[in-house]
Amino acid sequence: MSERSALGRVRGIGSAKEGVGDWWTQRLTSVALVVLGSWFVVSLLGLPDHDFATVAAWMRSWWRAPALILFVLTGAWHSQLGVRVIIEDYVHEIGAKTLAIGVASFAHIVIAAIGVVAVLRVALGGAA
Amino acid sequence: MSRYSLLSSISNRATGIVLTCGQLLLVYWLIAAASGAQAYARAAAVLASPALKAVYAVLLAAFAYHLAAGIRHLVWDTGHGLARDQSRRSAGWVITIAVLLAAALIVWMVLGGASAP
Repeated sequence: MSERSALGRVRGIGSAKEGVGDWWTQRLTSVALVVLGSWFVVSLLGLPDHDFATVAAWMRSWWRAPALILFVLTGAWHSQLGVRVIIEDYVHEIGAKTLAIGVASFAHIVIAAIGVVAVLRVALGGAA
Repeated sequence: MSRYSLLSSISNRATGIVLTCGQLLLVYWLIAAASGAQAYARAAAVLASPALKAVYAVLLAAFAYHLAAGIRHLVWDTGHGLARDQSRRSAGWVITIAVLLAAALIVWMVLGGASAP
């Protein structure tokens, strides 16, 4: 007879109805990115020029700055989930898998944080 | 799994990875904009180079494919289009739309770049 509780024995070895969270987030970010991604690509291609004055003026608009921040965040989130699924499918050794997912996730968080701060800096006029 | 579905699954992942790398360029561009006019001008010289124009073409093509294939996945999630013949037909649609959209976006980029003042 083991001292481990019944809950302790089963914890972490099967569905706890939490896996559906990532699946759902991947779909939600997909839908958001259909809009945000299309908007970003069309806007960037449609800019008359890509010099500092044009780009900064474009970013400073009251609605484009938050839209750009949402694009950076949902893009990074969707990307992190996708990369994680790919790692889970191709890296089978548990240590390497955990490390790879950890590094990839952290990299995505860093990218997202830098992107958001950069947009805010332009939008709030920190950069001349 | 059929050859078609295997190929379209791998393509969606591959284009996803390309777009993941594209985020690095996006953030580089945002940092440049946040660093002021002079720093931006230096970064813009790099970002406007022919090599990077080719990279943008790849990114636009990856975006076009991932968008079309992603919408196909979203339709699948509603429970529609999962029969084998439907799935094969939608794979054809995805490739057709992706190629047309990619071509349109790349032409827009090339012509837009040429006509910029």
